Amino acid sequence: METAPKPGRGGPPKEDKPQAKRKKPRRYWEEEATPAAAGASPGPPRKKARTREPRPPRSKSAHPAKKSRLRQKPRAPKDAPDPKRRPQRTLSGAQDPFPGPAPAPVEGARKFCRIDKSRTLPHSKPKTRSKLETAEAQEEEASVRAARAELLLTEEPGFLEGEDGEDTAKILQTDIVGAVDIASAAKHFDLNLRQFGPYRLNYSRTGRHLALGGRRGHVAALDWVTKKLMCEINVMEAVQDIHFLHSEALLAVAQNRWLYIYDNQGIELHCIRRCDRVTRLEFLPFHFLLATCSETGFLTYLDVSVGKIVTALNARAGRLSVMAQNPYNAVIHLGHSNGTVSLWSPAVKEPLAKILCHRGAVRAVAVDSTGTYMATSGLDHQLKIFDLRGTFQPLSARTLPQGAGHVAFSQRGLLAAGMGDVVNIWAGQGKASSPSLEQPYLTHRLSGRVHGLQFCPFEDVLGVGHSGGITSMLVPGSAEPNFDGLENNPYRSRKQRQEWEVKALLEKVPAELICLDPRALAEVDVVSLEQQKKERIERLGYDPDAKAPFQPKAKQKGRSSTASLVKRKKKVMDQEHRDKVRQSLEQQQQQKQETTKPPRARPSALDRFVR
Amino acid sequence: MKVKMLSRNPDDYVRETKLDIQRVPRNYDPTLHPFEVPREYVRALNATKLERVFAKPFLASLDGHRDGVNCLAKHPKSLTTVLSGACDGEVKIWNLTKRKCVRTIQAHEGFVRGICTRFCGTSFFTVGDDKTVKQWKMDGPGYGEEEEPLHTILGKTVYTGIDHHWKDPAFATCGQQVDIWDEQRTNPICSMNWGFDSISSVKFNPIETYLLGSCASDRNIVLYDMRQATPLKKVVLDMRTNTICWNPMEAFHFTAANEDYNLYTFDMRALDIPVMVHMDHVSAVLDVDYSPTGKEFVSASFDKSIRIFPVDKSRSREVYHTKRMQHVICVKWTSDSKYIMCGSDEMNIRLWKANASEKLGVLTSREKAANDYNQKLKEKFQYHPHVKRIARHRHLPKSIYSQIQEQRVMKEARRRKEMNRRKHSKPGSVPIVSERKKHVVAVVK
Repeated sequence: METAPKPGRGGPPKEDKPQAKRKKPRRYWEEEATPAAAGASPGPPRKKARTREPRPPRSKSAHPAKKSRLRQKPRAPKDAPDPKRRPQRTLSGAQDPFPGPAPAPVEGARKFCRIDKSRTLPHSKPKTRSKLETAEAQEEEASVRAARAELLLTEEPGFLEGEDGEDTAKILQTDIVGAVDIASAAKHFDLNLRQFGPYRLNYSRTGRHLALGGRRGHVAALDWVTKKLMCEINVMEAVQDIHFLHSEALLAVAQNRWLYIYDNQGIELHCIRRCDRVTRLEFLPFHFLLATCSETGFLTYLDVSVGKIVTALNARAGRLSVMAQNPYNAVIHLGHSNGTVSLWSPAVKEPLAKILCHRGAVRAVAVDSTGTYMATSGLDHQLKIFDLRGTFQPLSARTLPQGAGHVAFSQRGLLAAGMGDVVNIWAGQGKASSPSLEQPYLTHRLSGRVHGLQFCPFEDVLGVGHSGGITSMLVPGSAEPNFDGLENNPYRSRKQRQEWEVKALLEKVPAELICLDPRALAEVDVVSLEQQKKERIERLGYDPDAKAPFQPKAKQKGRSSTASLVKRKKKVMDQEHRDKVRQSLEQQQQQKQETTKPPRARPSALDRFVR
Repeated sequence: MKVKMLSRNPDDYVRETKLDIQRVPRNYDPTLHPFEVPREYVRALNATKLERVFAKPFLASLDGHRDGVNCLAKHPKSLTTVLSGACDGEVKIWNLTKRKCVRTIQAHEGFVRGICTRFCGTSFFTVGDDKTVKQWKMDGPGYGEEEEPLHTILGKTVYTGIDHHWKDPAFATCGQQVDIWDEQRTNPICSMNWGFDSISSVKFNPIETYLLGSCASDRNIVLYDMRQATPLKKVVLDMRTNTICWNPMEAFHFTAANEDYNLYTFDMRALDIPVMVHMDHVSAVLDVDYSPTGKEFVSASFDKSIRIFPVDKSRSREVYHTKRMQHVICVKWTSDSKYIMCGSDEMNIRLWKANASEKLGVLTSREKAANDYNQKLKEKFQYHPHVKRIARHRHLPKSIYSQIQEQRVMKEARRRKEMNRRKHSKPGSVPIVSERKKHVVAVVK
């Protein structure tokens, strides 16, 4: 009993495996072989392994091959801490302290997921299908890796929490300034500029620079972090709006008559007379388009990289003075005096969509950075949040005592609204959730009426332009803490900026590609594919991809008589016919179900009589 | 009140000294990288344009022959050495790095019909119009020695091609029949023929080394097994096949260069339908050679161009031509799969890049990464009309271009006629014959 079993013998270890394994003298080269051998050996051990981890129930989808590969990744960490599973040893005998694949954050991976798993793969040839499946698996893998790499992000977002029962809206700016560090406190400042009153302002894309334009002609640009003034001029004309172009070196100013472009020294570079009486400016950074809307009712797209006007669209809705861009798909949202918001792309002469938002005129529009939510405020004193993902339905609404004249979204989804001389900020649950309009997160009263609002990118700051000048408010938790150095780097050097500029210009997206779904370019163009197929069939006179009619194979021993051939043929034909009928029945049923669904969200009182 | 503001330390984001590289923190959050697909599309478009801009495939022309180059051979061991035989009986050995001829031999009287190297690379064989097979040493003669062949075999008939076994000291010649020779003997160990016509080329299978294929002027391709005395099977095509080439990675696939402007890739197990018909040439295809990867092959044609075909595509991915290149008679893909050599009528051997826009020489890791990224982008967006149009565009000489147009018209007319015939006859009496089946006349076992 006490003697160790000889390594050559194979019988006894199968009887009671754990004991035999313990007693067996161990060699370092055997270590690697054991797990594989355990898996390969027939009998009880394998059965045990199978019972230990119950398989998840197969889902109804028709792609088991793909599923099995994709689902295993997130499940792997569950297996890792299993005490029965022996950690692999290396040649030196050291144990891997973290055996198994690295844990994959499933929740985080969803953010990076680019494939719509709810949609089934198209019916295609096996080769194409396997290619699609590998591509999907790779995308999945990439999203898991990207989620894992989030661990390396250094900065944490800011926050503001009241002690139990304390309302954060009651906290004053002075309290916040007193509580935070000196560097952050320096971000709160007021510019007292009563003389050239009400101010519009704009932060550059990196969040380092601030441009401000006063109604009475005062235009200035400054590095607001170091408070270094870049230029300050008076254009001797009313300034309607001001906006940085792709970098802080160029500045577009909508003046009373025409649109002007200045550089960061305040030197007038261009006067664009084709854009006259401009009221609002928006810049689409990836398309290098400056969108202007004017009193004459035109929405004009100016390509700033070549200086050409791409399109001028007549909105046919009178004076345009409410404009916002959707940062997700570069669609321009225009608010009209009849309470609608229309969505525009330079490729289409008509609006892509029109949304009836308010009973009165629309006063302000803003879209959040994920392109999911749109906030609008109207003359009916309502502030509404709309879902932009397909349905354009209002998610929440709130009547404000005064009605908001200006709204803005922050990078992390905070919503700021300027009402008279008060700014209210609402926050949501997380980054991709809509702000709840119940309780404001912060409020602040200014020394004048609000005229412009913008959250500073990558800094917890809200810039407010008002009739008394400029106020830089501290809003903890408003900005994205971790910037990407290759997109918008607030700390970039001159050389880096130049390099970025060249790269950005090289990959300037053509204006024709602006549409509601920016990912549409990666989809299969089914319509033209079917058109091509139809044309090909017409040209050839037959369908080259058609399934050949069934030809029974010749069999031996007298089973290939004409009668049996006909019988076999008929059998196959009947089967095909049956399948066809079954499919059409299923389709009919599906259609029926769709039609019986309630078409309206709100139930009517008469619905109870419907049977 | 608990408050935390976002407050970054600039020292974490700015380089310390000017000697450091700049710090670039990354965040892959999709909201910070909007327009992912359109931007990738633009990048793919730019990459495709640059590929066409940098497509300069022609590397060098090796001149020195005094008559048209009739055959080429690769050295099995040395990438720099290449052998060529000309129509005046001269054989030249070239050094590709120096782009110079290192040795010239007057091997035969009349044409050098075939040339092949021994698998060890120490000697090579030539056959010529003077009815001889000669074996030569790869190294030149010593000082004071005469340039003489190691062995000379005098035959009864003209030999038109030769190929050496890949492992054994045996070689095969073709002419009126296919002869298998032992290197030590002056008589063939075995002669095989099927029909009475001149056989234009014979090739050993590089994997199943006992298999041979030959093509004859009575339009057939015959397969042999060296171990038995009779041929295995043959396939008869519409027109004559000039040469065949075995796929070096897939033992049973070979490609035949045909007179009817097409190339046919066959699976030797099922000869009745070719695996693929490769159409693009506008004149007879004279030679074909596989890339060592077995994924692509190059074909030389009488239409003064060479084309590169993927094995599984019916259309070529690349066409090379120059103003001075005449009918291309022979072509070889080098063993490192990077270059293509072609010998043509006007006495030159030309060296081309197999991948027209590839940068030669050592790449830095960043160059490599950028290259891979662009390659993937091009692959991803290859079916988009703009990208496809740019990637497909090739400038063609007028002669080829007009020929293509003409043949398109002819093909269309033929198709229309067939369609009309089908329309006006009893259903099923004019069957639809696929392009692949059309060209095979018969398979004989």
